[in-house]
Amino acid sequence: MKIHEYQAKEVLARFGVPVPSGKIAETPEEAKAAFEALGKPLAVVKAQIHAGGRGKAGGVKLVRSADEAYEAAKEILGKVLVTHQTGPGGKKVEKVWVEEGSDIARELYVAVTVDRKRQCAVMMASQEGGMEIEEVAAKTPEKIYYEPILPGFGLQPYQARELAFKLGLSGAAFKNGIKVLTKLSQCFTALDCSIAEINPLVVTGDEQVIALDGKMNFDGNGLFRHPELMEYRDLSEEDPKEVEASKYGLNYIALDGNIGCMVNGAGLAMATMDIIKAHGGMPANFLDVGGSATKEQVAGAFKILISDPHVQAILVNIFGGIAKCDVIAQGVVDAAKEVSLDRPLVVRLEGTNVEKGRAILEESGLALATAKSLDEAAEKAVAAAKGGAA
Amino acid sequence: MSVLVDANTKVLVQGITGKHGQFHTEQMLAYGTQVVAGVTPGKGGQKAVGVPVFNTVADAVEATGAEVSVIYVPAAFCADAILESADGGVRLIVAITEHIPVLDMAKVQAILKDKDVRLIGPNCPGIITPTGDNKGCKIGIMPGYIHKPGRVGVVSRSGTLTYEAVWQLTCEGLGQSTCIGIGGDPINGTNFVDCLELFEQDEATEGVIMIGEIGGTAEEEAAAFIKAKMSKPVVGFIAGLTAPPGKRMGHAGAIISGGKGTATEKIAALKEAGVHVSESPSLLGATMKKVLG
Repeated sequence: MKIHEYQAKEVLARFGVPVPSGKIAETPEEAKAAFEALGKPLAVVKAQIHAGGRGKAGGVKLVRSADEAYEAAKEILGKVLVTHQTGPGGKKVEKVWVEEGSDIARELYVAVTVDRKRQCAVMMASQEGGMEIEEVAAKTPEKIYYEPILPGFGLQPYQARELAFKLGLSGAAFKNGIKVLTKLSQCFTALDCSIAEINPLVVTGDEQVIALDGKMNFDGNGLFRHPELMEYRDLSEEDPKEVEASKYGLNYIALDGNIGCMVNGAGLAMATMDIIKAHGGMPANFLDVGGSATKEQVAGAFKILISDPHVQAILVNIFGGIAKCDVIAQGVVDAAKEVSLDRPLVVRLEGTNVEKGRAILEESGLALATAKSLDEAAEKAVAAAKGGAA
Repeated sequence: MSVLVDANTKVLVQGITGKHGQFHTEQMLAYGTQVVAGVTPGKGGQKAVGVPVFNTVADAVEATGAEVSVIYVPAAFCADAILESADGGVRLIVAITEHIPVLDMAKVQAILKDKDVRLIGPNCPGIITPTGDNKGCKIGIMPGYIHKPGRVGVVSRSGTLTYEAVWQLTCEGLGQSTCIGIGGDPINGTNFVDCLELFEQDEATEGVIMIGEIGGTAEEEAAAFIKAKMSKPVVGFIAGLTAPPGKRMGHAGAIISGGKGTATEKIAALKEAGVHVSESPSLLGATMKKVLG
């Protein structure tokens, strides 16, 4: 689960990481009032969307008066920001964060994430904080420093010192930096984060070390331990079809093509998308109904596919293991009848109870095409989406 | 011959009295798996699906000589169940459970690395060695009947995509020696290299099908191993060639992966190592048939 910058800062502050004061605004008037309430000569108006790269896309403005804050908010609110992390569709800005300006002496980078290779959380830090950090990592990987966080023990003081030295911190900033690194690591572990990133981590003129930005993702599998975090969820940042799918416990990701896919298992779902593309088509989505799909889940999945106006044809590909083909077939038939299916449907069933499943499809009276292999299924779906017969 | 498990392997089931545990114990027994014990704390002394239930893994191992544990407990309790098994004296743990918090797995792996026990999974279909017609040692949730004893080892990060490959091997008449689902989670117990090493040493295995996915660098590490150490042919497939670059947030993911992990890079690494990469998931069996002749 992703949260906004202002929410991440709230969480970081709770763990003892210093953050600048700020206020959230949903209208230019609120932004103006926020500037006045902060009472500082300088403030920053920042678009709140679930993606990075906002500065380059025009989503961050420096303002020096309440009127400027009003104008900046007016410009940013409602705008669709397209960054390298939003996908081509971009994200519409619903809120801005108005924050007091900081006296920036240096911009550093620090983050914690899970490293598959080391099989634990790892803290990464660099002196090259700011907008080009990915380029730094790609071109000069030696400028990124890593410290694994030992499970159960956390980041050790010597590790924090080592990173602080490598970040070139000294004096009061060294002490303050160590505190921030330690608190960030504690926050990551305590809340089951999957990413906790501060970029830039700023050293101010008076040697304070503060989080000028905050990005935090939580491991969905760990959320049951932190029900209080659910209030941070912003449904407006999520695709409505994805929200609907999550209600049914389905794994759905909207894509740009016109062939709706329903598959069991993530690997097979990706492989099905691959084979559609190999036959000259484009998948409209990734949809994994899971290993033990019920009739209700299948029906829910089917309705989500139908609700997408871009979908010209639907391909159902199920290799029944735990999920039984007859259950899947019944779910498809029920849903297709309920929504009065108006688009070509290709179904490929294999595995547990496949004969029963095929019989249910045949006896349903639905105008659908069946396929025996993955290839045949993809070919038929691509032809159907192009307007040929399924 | 086979790897890790065979017809004589004695299995205990953690979470045997739960809905999934019970259903899959029935299925495993029907396939001929020697399920000798179940474990559910507080239900020791009862029977489930005709199998004696114990309070602890240690009790079950002592009473029955079980050497492999398969876990069907809910995600919140799975890390604990794995650690109990590791302490209870089994040599192999198969964790089927999905949705385990990743930091739980980090803790589990930190402890397991010093123990003489192998973990397969979590979030995987399990491991199976077919020994006859719809019969053998099935430890997990895969449909048994699609397997057939044979010459090819299968190792995969995916569940249903594995079934696809297995079914093709069966239809081609090649069959399988052992199939191992290593699971799709970011932190897991057994990786591709471990399995390739086992298959390389196994006399019954003549070739290996390896199914990877986008994300991580496990396939790249497998490619390096294959190039350096494998004499048997490997047929590979990587799912996710057309998956869009994720809508993501922050840079940490991109930095930690070092820009690796895309299907294109994985396919290139495997090809460079001499792996016969199947362009389509529907050609895995046919490709292996061609390679083995």
